[in-house]
Amino acid sequence: MAGKRKIGRGVAIVGAGMSRFGMFQDKDSKDLFAEAFRELLESVDKGLDPRDIQAIWIGNFSNDFFVHQAHWGPIIADLTGLAPRAVTRTEGACASSTLAVRDGIMAIASGMYDIVLAGGVEEMSKRTTEEVTEGLALATSPYEGAAGFTFPGVFGALANAYFHKYGASREHLMNVTIKSHENAPLNPKGQFRQTIRDLMEARKEKARQKGLPVPDWSDEKEALFDPSFNPPVAWPMHLFDCCPISDGASCVLLVAEELAKSFTDDPIYVVGFGQGSGRGLHACPSFTSFEANRQAAAEAYGMSGLKPEDVQFAEVHDCFSIAELIHIEDLGFFGEGEAYKAVAEGETRREGRMPINTSGGLKCKGHPVGATGVAQMYEVWKQLRGEAGERQIPGRDLYIGATQNLGGTGGTCTFTIFERR
Amino acid sequence: MEERPISDISYRKFIEEGKLMGSRCRGCGKIYHPPRHLCEDCFGTEMEWHELKGEGELTTYTCIFVVPPYMAEEGYGRENPYCTGVVTLSEGPRVVARIEGVDAKNPESIRIGMPVKAVFNRVGEGEKARTYLAFRPA
Repeated sequence: MAGKRKIGRGVAIVGAGMSRFGMFQDKDSKDLFAEAFRELLESVDKGLDPRDIQAIWIGNFSNDFFVHQAHWGPIIADLTGLAPRAVTRTEGACASSTLAVRDGIMAIASGMYDIVLAGGVEEMSKRTTEEVTEGLALATSPYEGAAGFTFPGVFGALANAYFHKYGASREHLMNVTIKSHENAPLNPKGQFRQTIRDLMEARKEKARQKGLPVPDWSDEKEALFDPSFNPPVAWPMHLFDCCPISDGASCVLLVAEELAKSFTDDPIYVVGFGQGSGRGLHACPSFTSFEANRQAAAEAYGMSGLKPEDVQFAEVHDCFSIAELIHIEDLGFFGEGEAYKAVAEGETRREGRMPINTSGGLKCKGHPVGATGVAQMYEVWKQLRGEAGERQIPGRDLYIGATQNLGGTGGTCTFTIFERR
Repeated sequence: MEERPISDISYRKFIEEGKLMGSRCRGCGKIYHPPRHLCEDCFGTEMEWHELKGEGELTTYTCIFVVPPYMAEEGYGRENPYCTGVVTLSEGPRVVARIEGVDAKNPESIRIGMPVKAVFNRVGEGEKARTYLAFRPA
């Protein structure tokens, strides 16, 4: 079981890059990764000679399916000019790129390498929604597809279990969505950059132009309860409970701790890492928790010697609104059955006690699945260094942040804790 | 005693025959559904088939409005959603299966905890004919 396992040699992030996220008909995976890598090169404060990078790990879930091209490792090595150095592709569904970072951490901690590039990429939008749904469903348990479960369906079932157990309702899920959309306009790389109110006004304007009846919603929730604005997908998951289909890429530069200061005076250290596995719905011990999360959290807290209350902010995997509530309970930020109340009271807003998903989360920033885990780290890197611009968490000296990444329907979960010293 | 190998392939053949089968650990007696090759409690490696009664209660559910292609072929879609869920069997194991005989258009009318029983539905014709497992209110 999880105990106090140390990494043998410290590891730090000294550079990070992320492409714009969105649906791009005119960009492919190589274009997106090049965009992220270019920003990484510029982000290393004291400069980086790319020739010093010794190995690459690249997360990708299913470009095999989405764009009919497999074996992405060598393509990325070639693109970045790093061939013939070693490159390895990792796959853990939507957690694929966190696994790339994990392998990079282990490679440096072992002494095998000193300087590693880790990242992820996914190109989804060139397929139809139905095809993407089918592609993502490849990452569920085989028994679920046979019963007609879809990805949103699994999270819908978890939401109903959460409602039943704790007395929460759809309105509490809306609080998560409204909060994420409040952060959205502040992230220049995000896919959606509008608040729910912006979207309501746009819908009203469209109705006026077409001469149709103009909706008279009084607030965000009234709009979100209107099925013409927010149709059901897999009850109680509605359109605004679900993250979009996205293209994008992300990368970080990992180096041995003793080298970090030669790249920047402001490195971000990896102080805790945990990963767990989970089973299909038929074998879940709980429908209001992911066992893989609990395993990952126990490992990462054990390794770092930190407690949930030490973490000042986090990016968590809100592929669906209910997932955000479950994660922040599993990670110990809030008690079991308490997250929905805390979100209602604004505790997870940027100004709140425990800001969650200042990037806008997967819901607004977008979710190119293989790039998501490292994109979460990109946000923590920006926030810890005070470089998050308009969305910088206000009025606080930040030194501990974390990312939680989920693959499939909880089959793979990771939790990573970062420190600025 | 049933001698078919413990496997998902055997399991699906049983469903075709209208039987809901799990596996039982010969070492510690724990029953699993779907069948497992190895016992996760005692790590025993000897498993035997165990027929399940197909009675239980609804543990959680969802109603699917945006449907995958294979369900669209059955006529489901935005205007005609279906319910699927998790059932906890009286023997303990859980089953992921479609839930029928409920009003999927009114998801809030479906009650977690309601008693359900297994049904085996025959669909399709000729080579496409198959049986699927579902549960209905008992």
